[in-house]
Amino acid sequence: MNARPDNPGPGLAVAHCLRETDIFDGRIVGLGYEALDPGLHLPEYCDAGYLLPYPSAGDSTFLERIALIKEREQIDALIPCLDAELPSVTRLLSEIERMGIATYLPSPDQLELRNKDRLEELAAHAGIEAPRTKPVADAQFFFECTRRGWEFPLVVKGLFYDAAIVRSPDQAVTAFKRIAAQWGLPVLVQEFLEGEEVNLTGVADGNGRLLSPVMMKKLALTDKGKAWSGITVSDDTLLEASRSLVERTRWRGPLEVEVMREPDGAYRLIEINPRFPAWVYLTAGAGHNALDTLLRLMRGERLDCEEPAPAGVIYLRYAEDTILPLEEYESVVMNGWRTPLEPHQESSP
Amino acid sequence: MTDARKPWVKPSIVMHRSGMVNKFGSVQRSQWQDQLAGVSVAALVEEHGSPLFVISEQKLRDNARHLLHAFATRYPSVRYAWSYKTNYLGAVCRALHQEGAWAEVVSGFEYEKARSLGVPGNEIVFNGPHKTRSSLERAIAEGARIQVDHLDELYLIESIARETGRRVPIGIRLNYETGYTENWSRFGFNVESGQAMDAAWRIANSDSLELKWLHSHIGTFVLDHRAYGAAARIVAGFMNDVEQKTGCEIDAIDIGGGFASHNALQGIYLPPEQVVPSLDQYAEEVCTPLLEATYERVARGRPLPTLILETGRAVVDDAESLITTVVANKKMPDGRRCVIVDAGVNVLFTAFWYNHQITPTRDLTGAPEETVIYGPLCMNIDVIRKSILLPPVRTGDTLIVSPVGAYNNTQWLQFIEYRPRVVLVHGEAEVSVVRERETLATVTELEQLPPHLAPTDHDGQSPDPSR
Amino acid sequence: MSELQFSEESLLPDAATLERLALSSSGFLFDPVSGHSFTLNETGRDILKILQETRDLKALKQQLSDEYDLDSSTLDRDLLEFLGSVRDQLRRP
Ligand SMILES: Cc1ncc(COP(=O)(O)O)c(C=O)c1O
Repeated sequence: MNARPDNPGPGLAVAHCLRETDIFDGRIVGLGYEALDPGLHLPEYCDAGYLLPYPSAGDSTFLERIALIKEREQIDALIPCLDAELPSVTRLLSEIERMGIATYLPSPDQLELRNKDRLEELAAHAGIEAPRTKPVADAQFFFECTRRGWEFPLVVKGLFYDAAIVRSPDQAVTAFKRIAAQWGLPVLVQEFLEGEEVNLTGVADGNGRLLSPVMMKKLALTDKGKAWSGITVSDDTLLEASRSLVERTRWRGPLEVEVMREPDGAYRLIEINPRFPAWVYLTAGAGHNALDTLLRLMRGERLDCEEPAPAGVIYLRYAEDTILPLEEYESVVMNGWRTPLEPHQESSP
Repeated sequence: MTDARKPWVKPSIVMHRSGMVNKFGSVQRSQWQDQLAGVSVAALVEEHGSPLFVISEQKLRDNARHLLHAFATRYPSVRYAWSYKTNYLGAVCRALHQEGAWAEVVSGFEYEKARSLGVPGNEIVFNGPHKTRSSLERAIAEGARIQVDHLDELYLIESIARETGRRVPIGIRLNYETGYTENWSRFGFNVESGQAMDAAWRIANSDSLELKWLHSHIGTFVLDHRAYGAAARIVAGFMNDVEQKTGCEIDAIDIGGGFASHNALQGIYLPPEQVVPSLDQYAEEVCTPLLEATYERVARGRPLPTLILETGRAVVDDAESLITTVVANKKMPDGRRCVIVDAGVNVLFTAFWYNHQITPTRDLTGAPEETVIYGPLCMNIDVIRKSILLPPVRTGDTLIVSPVGAYNNTQWLQFIEYRPRVVLVHGEAEVSVVRERETLATVTELEQLPPHLAPTDHDGQSPDPSR
Repeated sequence: MSELQFSEESLLPDAATLERLALSSSGFLFDPVSGHSFTLNETGRDILKILQETRDLKALKQQLSDEYDLDSSTLDRDLLEFLGSVRDQLRRP
């Protein structure tokens, strides 16, 4: 689920969309990496919650866990919502499918295409430009970079996640170290783009078609630059770029395309994510529920919903408190799952 | 009366910290193995002591065959040269020579060792920035394949060639930007700046030298296989260029080593199985541009240049493991547990940059806890693993550290402790000692005590202040 | 040296602390004063459970030797370390 108070992941929003599709009224199992992930604990969205081992724990640990969840919950389909877990899931796809769990995902090759250091190739598929990007393994780079044509401000990015805008070598080195410590080397350096971000999400059918596209512009941002509120828009350049990308890569499964519209009107591809974005609930609100599309594709239906969602629908994110009995927390910590809501008997006073 | 009591597991208490509560953490599900290459770990330690290096000959040979297969199925003319510095134990080198590998050496010592192991001079690739006049004289006389690192070496070879009246075929080492690696510009001649072409001109103008080979080694543990695509394209491009401009005929391209082994580099987030490219991926990257760049010369009836590989760690790393024994458990003031083992960084240099896999040799019960593994040296830097989730272990338990085959048996040093035995498992679980454990005599053999410092009968008594 | 040589008082968590701790059979431990929770392994859980019943080191050791297969010096050593870390962890803010 990867739902964090200050940096919401898409999991809860995906569950929210699932609850609102017409074609699904089954159980939803939330999978998370941290006992305090709200996605494990909110019965409105998830009927059960399980911890997963981190991708760094290795394939066999991950598969064993999925097998256990399959056995306990009889899950039929898996919808990964975290970038870092996608490589494992796609690599282990045949094992996962052999367990009787369906997925609808890009291939490992397609995934590699979105490695942050292959952005230019990807942008070529979209028919737009990419910001200049360079992998950096040594923080010394930042003291010499202006000589090599990299002017501050720059964006320092993790291979999987995290980004910081830096304005001096010292800031850059601090960001480099923090990001390298969490996400490993190399760290990416990107030219800083001024302009306005516009995003698109949808589902690609693997045959070159982009289905139920929804485009969004952020209206309000958190301190971390995450969308707090947004509005659907209708941007032909973004739509065409996304369609071209999907067609040329034969992308399969969910995706989010992020582009920057620069002050002079040029578009630059920032990245694509191989999953639904945290704002995916807006698709349901705009009448293009992306999960509905995904489930129908998984069932093998032929769909024609290639038209973009109407502009002018707003979403607003808010935080809410929920109550977590100690027994439930204990169960997640000790067993790695949220117990069904039964009276808890074992704990002593 | 049978004892129905439960087995004792060291008691533990671990505090939950926000953001870190995941019972799986990054633990490898408590796997264990009590055998290495089909031989019982307990029996190995019983007979050969601990710590103990254990090499699997079969694994080593399989790795070499796998490498050759990956390349030879994509490119018709491939030669493998064993990079001595990665592991020059005689047994390792001989097994690989039996697999058809030449030797790749980077010093006079390594050259002598290769010769002593029966490798003829013309099957030795001689690299490196330090080649003495005497080692070059021998290499030239024996027809070794010298690859030049700098201009001073070039002139030295030329002067030897003139003295002996020979025309000496040589190669030069190239360095360049692949776009995916930091350029190791300290070795060889730079391509982009024109330095390499200048050297080629100089060779073309010499009547005693002949440029026959191009060499490069872009780095080590290169995780991005695309770097090799770029390397092959650049070197092959340079080959076509230099042949056209200077009229030389290149008959071999040596792409060096650098393929990653299945080890977990510190600072890399994902485990090796997820980030280390397969040998086939590397091979595809190298061979495709090479075939493209040589298409024309083949059409004109010239043979393909031989592709030489100097793969080190990817061949030997996972063919060797280190058995070590727990000597103590400790609790640190910050709550972490630590385990002291009998193998230190003096025999496991690679612990400085790898998070080696640590495998228990029995089914460890009890919850895994964050643990630091320290070596036995009385030195703060002696850390085998900074952090690993491990169930409680007892003193006397053995652990397997792997893979350790690359660079440890060459970079290890006798420091504080004796270096342990190395054994080779071969055939039907047969075990041979391939390097003996050091003794006091090994360590003092080369020392000399001036007579006035020699121990006497009076030793052990307090010094006489009147003397 | 089969007996621990220092005072029991200094080794064991105090009675009030032991009493307030909520220990579950899963090994989950909650300290209502600090708000911290902990995971104990099976042995750790058994030790704290016994201590909550009787805060007596001799009885604890007797009971553990009856239930577990171990020699007394291992028991001494591991208790010394474990009780020390329990004391320390429960003291943390
Ligand atoms: C010239 C040369 N060739 C080959 C190697 C072997 O490299 P690796 O073990 O990374 O394959 C090295 C190692 O540094 C080297 O310097």
